[in-house]
Amino acid sequence: MITATKPATITVTTRVPLTRLTVVELRKLADTRAGLWLLVLIGLGAVGTAVILLGWAPDDELTFAGFFAFGLVPSAFLLPVLGILSMTGEWSQRTALTTFALVPARERVIAAKLAAGVLIALATTAATLLFSAAANLLGIALGGDGGWRADGSLIWQGALMEVLFVLVGMAFGALLLSSPLAIVAFFALPTLWSVLSESIRALRPAARWLDLGVTSGPLSEPSMTAGEYGHLAVSCLLWLALPLLLGSWRILRREVS
Amino acid sequence: MIKVEHLTKRYGSHPAVEDVSFTCEPGTVTGFLGPNGAGKSTTMRMICGLTPPTSGAATVCGVPYRRLGNPGRRIGVLLDASAQHGGRTGREVLALSALTMGVDSAEATRALDRVGLNATAARRRVKRYSLGMRQRLGLAHALLGDPAVLVLDEPANGLDPEGIFWMRGLLREFADRGGTVLLSSHLLREVEAVADHLVVIGGGRVVAQGARDELLASAGTLVRALDPAALGAALHRAGLTGTPTTDGGVVVRAGAEAIGRAAAESGVALLELRPAGSGGLEQIFLELTAGESVREAVR
Repeated sequence: MITATKPATITVTTRVPLTRLTVVELRKLADTRAGLWLLVLIGLGAVGTAVILLGWAPDDELTFAGFFAFGLVPSAFLLPVLGILSMTGEWSQRTALTTFALVPARERVIAAKLAAGVLIALATTAATLLFSAAANLLGIALGGDGGWRADGSLIWQGALMEVLFVLVGMAFGALLLSSPLAIVAFFALPTLWSVLSESIRALRPAARWLDLGVTSGPLSEPSMTAGEYGHLAVSCLLWLALPLLLGSWRILRREVS
Repeated sequence: MIKVEHLTKRYGSHPAVEDVSFTCEPGTVTGFLGPNGAGKSTTMRMICGLTPPTSGAATVCGVPYRRLGNPGRRIGVLLDASAQHGGRTGREVLALSALTMGVDSAEATRALDRVGLNATAARRRVKRYSLGMRQRLGLAHALLGDPAVLVLDEPANGLDPEGIFWMRGLLREFADRGGTVLLSSHLLREVEAVADHLVVIGGGRVVAQGARDELLASAGTLVRALDPAALGAALHRAGLTGTPTTDGGVVVRAGAEAIGRAAAESGVALLELRPAGSGGLEQIFLELTAGESVREAVR
């Protein structure tokens, strides 16, 4: 069957709006087998944490806040991987050729990816809230404490943690543009830094400001102080802003082939 | 319309593309010919804003590619059929691009239909596509935004003879309706049946370009004699030079009359004397680009 399209009369085309690009990037997170399984794993992880608490934790620890705090742990580990793949996949799978042919303004694609990352992190936090509520109801039925009291700051600090971790993952992905390299670096470098600062006395003061593992700790305790936010912000400059800046520069300049 | 003006790309001191200029007019199919590594893909990537040129410029519909706004609605691009995420289904690949371009998602189904990929193929992941199916998907992708210009890099790779015939028909019809087509190949025979215009590139430079019929006409005359050695001597005496073909003939850059007279004067019996056509063009093509592919292989 031969039916070619009739070539369009030349019309002025407007730039693709950022909202549409964000929807595209969100869809890309879930439309491959790898992406879908990561999301399924994140869901299973949240269920798994609830099961662990229900099965093995003492009854007085079965509270809504407890379920929520523990429920965020799997996604804090796995969402960054999803973020990394979102950045590196374009190059490892060579879809950059299509993506940047359709959207030559590459910075807009990067912005859309970051927006999609923030949205998926917020959605995951919301889903974890729902899971935690369901788990708490179950906990009450099983004779747990079942307390509903949760400090408001914990909820949005939890959301902030998820968002920051996804963005750090994306920054590593953008900088390294290779999935295995970025994943290894994302998990190994902060650990290495922690180990070094533990063993080398001179590094310890710096670690209070620069070790993301240390500075993000207060996010899981109620009502973070301004000083703690300051430490967190400085470590984010090193682990998020710097690699993201260098990575974006690299993506903008890189030849696509 | 595509306009390429003095495009040059150097990698360090190695010139990949050197001062390439040509124009693709609406209503025509331009065949972009050259051996592997001659600079075809680099030129096409520069047209599509994916590779920054060292110097020179290219425009699509009178505008640099990067300023096209929503390029998918103006120009359909297929640069490498294998450059797709293996984990996505064929339909999903098109759906994503339709969403990006702001095209109705029903167009994705129509586009698949148009290139002969059925519902089963559409649901299959690209990882499990043959090269021919990937080319068809790539073509569907290029046509998706209903563009006026098509840029296709080696689209016939992996297609079976029937597929190549089908693609020619599709491109011819696209051009006949006023579209502009630029397609590359390293095989002259693959494009001469559909292209009205040829640009031949070798070693990064344009070595010949013009209307296909004119290029074919200028390709010389094929002559074959009972006694090849005697023919060679006769041609030499007449001051004509020729290059031997692989099957015992000689392609001479002269008209049939001059060759016929030279043969008659020496009493050489001829078996064949006719315009060399594409065979001759291939000969010229090989001469002009001689050694390039060897250099490519050992670089």
